[in-house]
Amino acid sequence: MTTVEKIRFERVTKSFAVRDANKKGVSNEYTAVQDLSFTVREGEFITLVGPSGCGKSTLLDLTGGLTTPTRGRILIDGKEIAGPGLDRGIVFQQYALFPWKTARGNIEFGLEAKGIPKREWKEKANYYLNLVGLSQFADRYPHELSGGMKQRIAIARSLAFNPDVLLMDEPYAALDAQTRESLQSELLRIWKQTKKTIIFITHSIDEAIYLGERVVVLTGGPGQVKEIVDVPLKSRDADVRSHPDFVKIRQKVWNLLHEPEYIGANI
Amino acid sequence: METVKSVDLSINNKKLKNIGFSGLQKLFKQSIVLIALFLLWEIAPRIGLVDEAFFPRFLNVLIAWWEMVKSGELFAHFSASITRSIFGFGLALLIAIPLGLLIGWYPLARDLLNPVLELFRNTAPLALLPVFMLFLGIDETSKISIILFACTWPILLNTIAAVGSVDPLLIKSARSMNISSFKLFYKVILPASVPTMFTGIRMAGSSAILILIAAEMVGAKEGLGYLITYSQYNFMIPEMYAGILTISVLGLFINYGLLSLEKRLSRWKQDPTL
Ligand SMILES: Nc1ncnc2c1ncn2[C@@H]1O[C@H](COP(=O)(O)OP(=O)(O)OP(=O)(O)O)[C@@H](O)[C@H]1O
Ligand SMILES: [Mg+2]
Repeated sequence: MTTVEKIRFERVTKSFAVRDANKKGVSNEYTAVQDLSFTVREGEFITLVGPSGCGKSTLLDLTGGLTTPTRGRILIDGKEIAGPGLDRGIVFQQYALFPWKTARGNIEFGLEAKGIPKREWKEKANYYLNLVGLSQFADRYPHELSGGMKQRIAIARSLAFNPDVLLMDEPYAALDAQTRESLQSELLRIWKQTKKTIIFITHSIDEAIYLGERVVVLTGGPGQVKEIVDVPLKSRDADVRSHPDFVKIRQKVWNLLHEPEYIGANI
Repeated sequence: METVKSVDLSINNKKLKNIGFSGLQKLFKQSIVLIALFLLWEIAPRIGLVDEAFFPRFLNVLIAWWEMVKSGELFAHFSASITRSIFGFGLALLIAIPLGLLIGWYPLARDLLNPVLELFRNTAPLALLPVFMLFLGIDETSKISIILFACTWPILLNTIAAVGSVDPLLIKSARSMNISSFKLFYKVILPASVPTMFTGIRMAGSSAILILIAAEMVGAKEGLGYLITYSQYNFMIPEMYAGILTISVLGLFINYGLLSLEKRLSRWKQDPTL
């Protein structure tokens, strides 16, 4: 495993101006994430878990360069993020495919953005369509695809312009268990094949442990890193989930996520 | 090469046959009530259900229509009308779409202008007809202008609304791929706006006909609206009905044309009837 540092979050704070419910026209500051620091290694698969509203999506927007931190900074390859860039590919939770473009058209959108010559589009799009197993659905519009297919197209679109870093926001939340599991192993396969750095947000503890080499556990209000849990699992077969080590880690992450209540119950 | 061609042809033939049969069925379903209506129109005056002086038989109307076609009179009126509506409607498209895209893109412009635009939209264009004629006389300019006026508001307001309601997630998704503002506009905002924009365009299409006819009835020397009022004054009742029928057909064609254009441009949309 390489230990080269890829992304560094340095005391990142993000606040939003929100309307005051009581006083009209007054806006308050709401801090979504506060003093958040951790690093991601090159080629690492890191997963983020935390309660709803703890700032996971906010963190992803910041990393994608779609918003800027109020304080602190985020470095990629040692350079501070200056805005969106094709070195990072984002897979949004709600797919965000362009409905007027076919599956192929959506993939080609990224290729065009990257400035890849038009004559290479077809071949590249075919390659990634094949990678996510949707070659026969190339000419379908998003509304003609199932949720899982749309998700796979969104992943293919992000992979196609070949970003170093893949940022994924609860991409499998809306899928049934079976589709989710097959997409999980597909993603692991793609990750091993392409050696990309992946930040993967999820609500599922199982998913976080199954996919991640490390699991970042966040706490809410405002979002901070609670602990980073190592996942020293050797294999990632489907039955790893019942392995004693897996169960132990799951227990640990669960406890971390429920700690405040746990302590409260003992007083 | 040859064999491939012949195979292709046979497939085409088969397809044609299938379409031919179901097409006939469809045509029958769509036209049966219409035919019944025309039959009723023919019979009602014959059996004295309505006064034939005011409501001539359908065949007589058709004959009058055909006579006007032969003499070239109908074509003259028709082309006068269609030229006016195409100019007015086309100018409205050329002005309102770019303007609407621009206003929609800048939230400040949208907020500033929306009340004024709403006021204009809700001013019945026909109420302004005297004003237009006062300023522009009764020649082509006044008629084209009032159609332009009537068509502009629905297109403009719907375009503004369309741009404003583009899914922010799509914009975010495109921005994450680091595309320029121009490309964002051209590749995302524009296609995403097409369906809502077309609602306005079709509204404009039907009001174009309405306003055109009214304007021609009030002050014109040719055109289908003029034909109708002129025939009525001179008690050429079959000719009057022939003019009305022609207008219906014209409206039908315009609506059909816009609808099929819309279908082509928003093929990607889910069919709501599914
Ligand atoms: N544009 C914004 N303006 C104001 N507040 C915001 C904005 N975006 C996010 N927030 C607030 O910041 C907090 C974190 O939001 P975020 O979407 O990052 O949560 P999350 O961890 O992704 O939650 P979930 O797991 O439910 O997706 C929330 O309390 C939210 O209300
Ligand atoms: Mg979120």
